[in-house]
Amino acid sequence: MEIPYTVEVRPDTGLSNGKLGVWLFLASEVMLFAALFSSYILLRVGSSEWPQGSEELSVPLAFFNTVVLISSSVTMVMAWASLKMNDFSKFRLYLGLTILLAVTFLVVKFFEYEHHLVAGEGPWHNTYYAIYFTMTGLHGLHIIGGVIVNSYLWGPGAKMWKTQKERFTNRIEIAGLYWHFVDLVWIFLFPVLYLL
Amino acid sequence: MDAHAADDVKKSVKTYYMIFGALMVFTVLTVAVSYLHLPLALAILIALVVATIKGSLVAMFFMHLMHERKVIYWALILTVIFFIFLMIVPLATNLDRIPGSHKGISW
Repeated sequence: MEIPYTVEVRPDTGLSNGKLGVWLFLASEVMLFAALFSSYILLRVGSSEWPQGSEELSVPLAFFNTVVLISSSVTMVMAWASLKMNDFSKFRLYLGLTILLAVTFLVVKFFEYEHHLVAGEGPWHNTYYAIYFTMTGLHGLHIIGGVIVNSYLWGPGAKMWKTQKERFTNRIEIAGLYWHFVDLVWIFLFPVLYLL
Repeated sequence: MDAHAADDVKKSVKTYYMIFGALMVFTVLTVAVSYLHLPLALAILIALVVATIKGSLVAMFFMHLMHERKVIYWALILTVIFFIFLMIVPLATNLDRIPGSHKGISW
């Protein structure tokens, strides 16, 4: 049986099913992260002391990671644009760069975590570190998920380009929507946890 | 892929790089402002305004929200309403605190 509306749009929504599906998924993701931001506000407002993020964490490392993640968003959208312009080799280059940048982000995060854990500043240390590890940990899991999906689309999943060009382009657009969302969450996490 | 769509995308590529530049400038601005050691309320306001601008640029241009269908806008409007509700409720729990019963709201 053929899956309907993977390329052509549904008459009632004006969208392909995959695109509407990923937007609804992202709406649920907004609420997931909102619950944690809300917890952060509650913990901070209810606390008699709260450390300055820049004194606890490394701002230069987080700044570097912000640049890395924003760059990966650009390479992701360029991967999709390359397919739209029928240039598969450029798509491979840009999606490969996206994956590489995502791995760079994770490596930097690993060293950040290691530094704090060795110093005894794990999630158990205080409320600030508890919410820091929870929020960045959940975000990190999203990065890992994105790397897995993008690696599949870069490797074995790219075979679809030979037979169903538009469907594959739609898949990249949908993977891109998720990836940009992960970038968007970090744009808020960075000042909230590191600078304020 | 039709040629018309490919031409449209070619035009968008320039915009993507301009947005990238803007995002970098705002990121540097966010960090620079943090070194000014402004009063906390003002620092929070500036950081959140800049982050919202950056987030909007990502959503509008990279996620193509600017040219999206109405059904997505409706889903997102509903999400924003719930999001605001979720942000305000915890704060509201602090509004009826009896003065002096808690040592400190630290900001």
